[in-house]
Amino acid sequence: MRWESWSQFWDMGGYGLYVWGSMAVTALCMGFEVWLARQAQRQALALAQTEAEELS
Amino acid sequence: MAIRWFYYAAPQNFYALATRLWPWLAALAVALGLAGLWVGFALAPEDAQQGEGYRIIFVHVPVSWMSMIIYLAMAFWSILGLTFNTRLSGMMTRALAPTGAMFAFLSLWTGALWGKPMWGTWWVWDARLTSELILFFLYLGYIALTSAIDDVRRADRAGALIAIVGAINVPIIYFSVKWWNTLHQGASVSLTRSPSMAQLMLWGMLLMALSFWAYTLAIVCYRVRSLILERERFTAWVQALPEVSGAKP
Repeated sequence: MRWESWSQFWDMGGYGLYVWGSMAVTALCMGFEVWLARQAQRQALALAQTEAEELS
Repeated sequence: MAIRWFYYAAPQNFYALATRLWPWLAALAVALGLAGLWVGFALAPEDAQQGEGYRIIFVHVPVSWMSMIIYLAMAFWSILGLTFNTRLSGMMTRALAPTGAMFAFLSLWTGALWGKPMWGTWWVWDARLTSELILFFLYLGYIALTSAIDDVRRADRAGALIAIVGAINVPIIYFSVKWWNTLHQGASVSLTRSPSMAQLMLWGMLLMALSFWAYTLAIVCYRVRSLILERERFTAWVQALPEVSGAKP
């Protein structure tokens, strides 16, 4: 481990804003995409279930 | 063991395969991502020139690679779709597009956050940056066009044209740093020579790249299932799925 304290870790040698700004937005985008995909799956399932009920 | 390519070209069979695969791929993405972050942030030394600021590389390079690879994958499925008229091809292309757009956006975003402290600017109209911006617009164009056409098969064919024609931009992005005198640096990792990076930096980057590969495969498997369900909901096999009919498996 090459960090002596958490504050040093978050500071990233003065580049904290840039490094963490990159990491955070990447994580947010991926989280949002996963959420969107789950919504889409739920909708697709509901659509197929409605179809099944109408046919039966 | 021969993989039965044509067997899995049928949406019904691919649905079952994707359902089994995506949780493993997602778990793999998380494991590789954690390992990559550990190597990148806890083990890798600081850079001689850029100090700790270079650590943006652990997302910037993998997301940029993925943005190009995904576009090539879309072009590949589009060629298959136009040649064999397989139903799955259009769905795969569409399942890939949002993830590719996201990675292209992240490439530009993390690039801007890297450019500001190192070059003194968020953006320049440099060949590498401009061609990556065009890639982002190609993704958006593909998504806009395919969602604007109601007939899904026609939309797939129109989208396939954008995917195939636009693929010419991918080698332009890749070689832009060689062909033009750009502010963006050349490749640190290439297939033809040994990488010009410290071992641990390289490993952190490769682990993150593998993690994003697994993430992409997982989310595409997951998303293509929704597309298959939506398009094939009138078929007997979808109606017979336990998650649709409500029957216990």
